[in-house]
Amino acid sequence: MARITFIEHNGTEHAVDAEPGMTVMEAAVKNSIPGIAAECGGACACATCHVYVDDAWREATGDPQQMEEDMLDFAFDIRPSSRLSCQIKVSDALDGLVVRIPEKQF
Amino acid sequence: MSEDVIKTDALIVGAGPVGLFAVFELGLVDIKAHVIDILDRPGGQCTELYPEKPIYDVPALSIVTGQELTDRLLDQIKPFGATFHFGQRVDKLDRLDEGFRITTDIGTVFETKLLIVAAGGGSFTPKRPPLPGIEKYEGTSVFYSVRKMDNFRDKDVLIVGGGDSALDWTLNLQPVAKSVTLLHRRSEFRAAPDSVNKMLALVEQGDISFKLGQVTELHGDNGQLTSVTVKGSDGELFDQKCNVMMPFFGLTMKLGPIADWGLQLDENLIPVDTARFETSEPRIFAIGDINTYPGKLKLILSGFHEAALMAQAAYHYVYPDKKLVFQYTTSSTNLQKKLGVK
Repeated sequence: MARITFIEHNGTEHAVDAEPGMTVMEAAVKNSIPGIAAECGGACACATCHVYVDDAWREATGDPQQMEEDMLDFAFDIRPSSRLSCQIKVSDALDGLVVRIPEKQF
Repeated sequence: MSEDVIKTDALIVGAGPVGLFAVFELGLVDIKAHVIDILDRPGGQCTELYPEKPIYDVPALSIVTGQELTDRLLDQIKPFGATFHFGQRVDKLDRLDEGFRITTDIGTVFETKLLIVAAGGGSFTPKRPPLPGIEKYEGTSVFYSVRKMDNFRDKDVLIVGGGDSALDWTLNLQPVAKSVTLLHRRSEFRAAPDSVNKMLALVEQGDISFKLGQVTELHGDNGQLTSVTVKGSDGELFDQKCNVMMPFFGLTMKLGPIADWGLQLDENLIPVDTARFETSEPRIFAIGDINTYPGKLKLILSGFHEAALMAQAAYHYVYPDKKLVFQYTTSSTNLQKKLGVK
């Protein structure tokens, strides 16, 4: 199990347990975290599960692949820490991960 | 506005897998259908969002892509000769004695006995960037599509995005507009390499400008944009003069005008009964992801089941004096004739 903390734009924190192998987006949806729309259900096709990875976790989560980087063009207010949460796979190494949710997905 | 009214037994709203299969089930009970979709091709979410992604839970197909499923459905429904109307959205519903008059956003008019809403998550519409006050400029200075190029004549146009729409309109509007500036968050583009090369050549010649950055604020009065604030790739803010902005951030699904038809809704879903899949209004059915009922699962296979039951209920509106005898395609010569089995 890996503990993941989602921080909403207004500062509200939600800590959830996620099983290794699932995606960070799935962990959010399963726990009804507000602000992760995930319209396409994890196909990397809509950019509505955009999150900002906490700086301390950017190395562990890695950089987006080409398809994700392309899809990030469809998200708003992109920062160097921007990721699509459907493309981050949960592993034991991500136990303690902190991600922030943008004010709006769109 | 077209003068010709298209008369039909059934109008299916949405050409996704469930809308397509509804053509089949209605066809088996001799109900002819027209199908309308906002997208320019069939398949709905399957082809728009995940054409190459495998689906594993369509019965008897252990793996199938969104595109392949769509192609197979199109083949399966071919005998019923449904007419497709792409690139338009249903807008207006008027009630007639025995059915409805439906008008689309581009003025196609249908008169139909039955309306089958198979609209999935709603119609695909351009994403609106979450910029404060953007709605005040929409239609006057902010556009998500081009209906008439001439409206952009002598304007300072700012195009935002890096996909095919952004690049296509940069190239198309360059000869018309006073100036065209393309703004994108990075120097790589998803658009076709050929368009990117053409765009870069225009930049080279000084005919358009390309800037790196993201819009953070809009400025103007009375719906007339005068400039936008842009956060450059170095994090510095700068002012970009423009009186037209075209943001291209892809599509999202919105229920749209269906919400105004007076149907009972439950959080943007349409409640139906599970025997007929009819909505709160007789003759209007809702199948697939757009409907809701106790136990509802948003699965393609559930939508197929819903289409079959809907067709049985729909039959009695089109053929009020006839009795519908349930038949199997395997054994019924009547059904096989409709399917073109020789």
